[in-house]
Amino acid sequence: MHDQLFWFFSIAMLLSGVLVVLGRNPVTSAMFLVLSLFFMAGLFVLLEAYFLAIIQILVYAGAVIVLFLFVIMLLDLKTENVRQFKRFGAAGALVVAGALAWKLTSVAASILPAAGAKPVVGTTEAMGKLLFTQYLLPFEVTSVLLLVAMVGVVVLSRKETK
Amino acid sequence: MEAILIHLIKIACVLGVVLLICAYIVLVERRVCAFIQDRLGPNRVGIPLWFRKDGSAITLGGKWALGQPLVDAMKSLLKEDFVPAHVNKLYFWLAPILAMSPALIVFAVIPFGSQLLGVPMIVADVNVGILFVFATASITVYGIVLAGWSSNSKYPFLGGIRSSAQLISYEICLGLSVVPLFMQVESLKLSEVVTWQSNHLWLICYPWNWLPALIYLASSFAETNRLPFDMPEAEQELAGGYNVEYSSMKFAMFFMAEYTNMIAASALMVTLFLGGWSLPFVPVTGGILVGLAHICIFLAKLFGLLFFFIWVRWTLPRFRYDQLMGLGWKVFLPLALLNVLIVAGVIMVGLSK
Repeated sequence: MHDQLFWFFSIAMLLSGVLVVLGRNPVTSAMFLVLSLFFMAGLFVLLEAYFLAIIQILVYAGAVIVLFLFVIMLLDLKTENVRQFKRFGAAGALVVAGALAWKLTSVAASILPAAGAKPVVGTTEAMGKLLFTQYLLPFEVTSVLLLVAMVGVVVLSRKETK
Repeated sequence: MEAILIHLIKIACVLGVVLLICAYIVLVERRVCAFIQDRLGPNRVGIPLWFRKDGSAITLGGKWALGQPLVDAMKSLLKEDFVPAHVNKLYFWLAPILAMSPALIVFAVIPFGSQLLGVPMIVADVNVGILFVFATASITVYGIVLAGWSSNSKYPFLGGIRSSAQLISYEICLGLSVVPLFMQVESLKLSEVVTWQSNHLWLICYPWNWLPALIYLASSFAETNRLPFDMPEAEQELAGGYNVEYSSMKFAMFFMAEYTNMIAASALMVTLFLGGWSLPFVPVTGGILVGLAHICIFLAKLFGLLFFFIWVRWTLPRFRYDQLMGLGWKVFLPLALLNVLIVAGVIMVGLSK
């Protein structure tokens, strides 16, 4: 059951990921992105990382992609629909994607965990403890980074007043 | 096998009861609004018990219009389901479904009673309880956004844009306002929140929880698109908002989604602040009678709060859009953050036990 679910979630996630790229309509792409996030949440649940699974949906599906949709809806979609297929662009993309995939598989193969590693239960409590002890500094630095980005956006979007 | 059967029965009961409340709360809303405006409201249709040969019927409760939800549902189902030519068909179909289903899924994690014959009265007692609620609720916005966009016309689009901004803003206030409660209870499980309250006082009894309760209440008005924050469908400005192009059952789905969301928000408020199924002087554990009493207590609190929602709708005027956004971001958000600090202080000093 566990294995079947893993394959189902992984294949469905990858499939909807591909459809995000192939979709001609940006709204369709965004919706498939939401779908792939849901399947990823399913994978997290299989790993018993319930907190991550629910945060995945809450933050990405519930807030980030909604903002994406918000922006997409305000754009002029007609220019996007007549986008043309460029031969050199496709070749370049293939080369980059291939190199990335090759590198990723070699890296992933080299860091396989040692057999018998202790499984971690991804409860909220365990996550919270890790965030406030072992990963405190990266956590805080990330939040400062986000703050900087936000301040930057406010500065850039402010109209000049004289 | 037996466990699965019990789960299925529980799910069916919860869905049935929620949809039944959903149907009748519309009637209650119409009666209460009529009372507030010094009218009678619906007062003709009863529940048909027996049809005579000449086509007339013996009905029950016609004076109170108990059959009104039945008639309303028939009207929605039998009306022509008109789909305008200029809409994006797929998303036009998907939107009402996406609006309705998250509202129902929320009820999976709400404890509506203690236990009955040893079966816990909650569909799924997940250990990320409250986060599950917010994650599910955050999906609701897709229904409204897609409805606005796929209708491909100006007023629904404006309604969709307004609502997505409003829902995202108030989700933050909603989430932050309940953080102090879980700091006090030390668990995210909603069932444990209720158990904690049955062993201590209800969380609303602690003075530092008054502000969060107020923020939660106001934010849930905004999240459920009810007056005084019903911007997405402000009739006078948007001709109805995101659902202008909808008719028949698809419109009814949006309509029901609003009421189901309202019931969900009330049920959550009962669970978080008002002690859930617990009541002072009612035993926490016991036989079937105590179990049934707990469910009745929960429903009584729920109805009290639903009445309050309706009362507010027919009493207060609508906010202006900039006032709504200002209130959310400049008042509620800093206050909710401040309150997290206050409660952290209270817990450190040791007053919370």
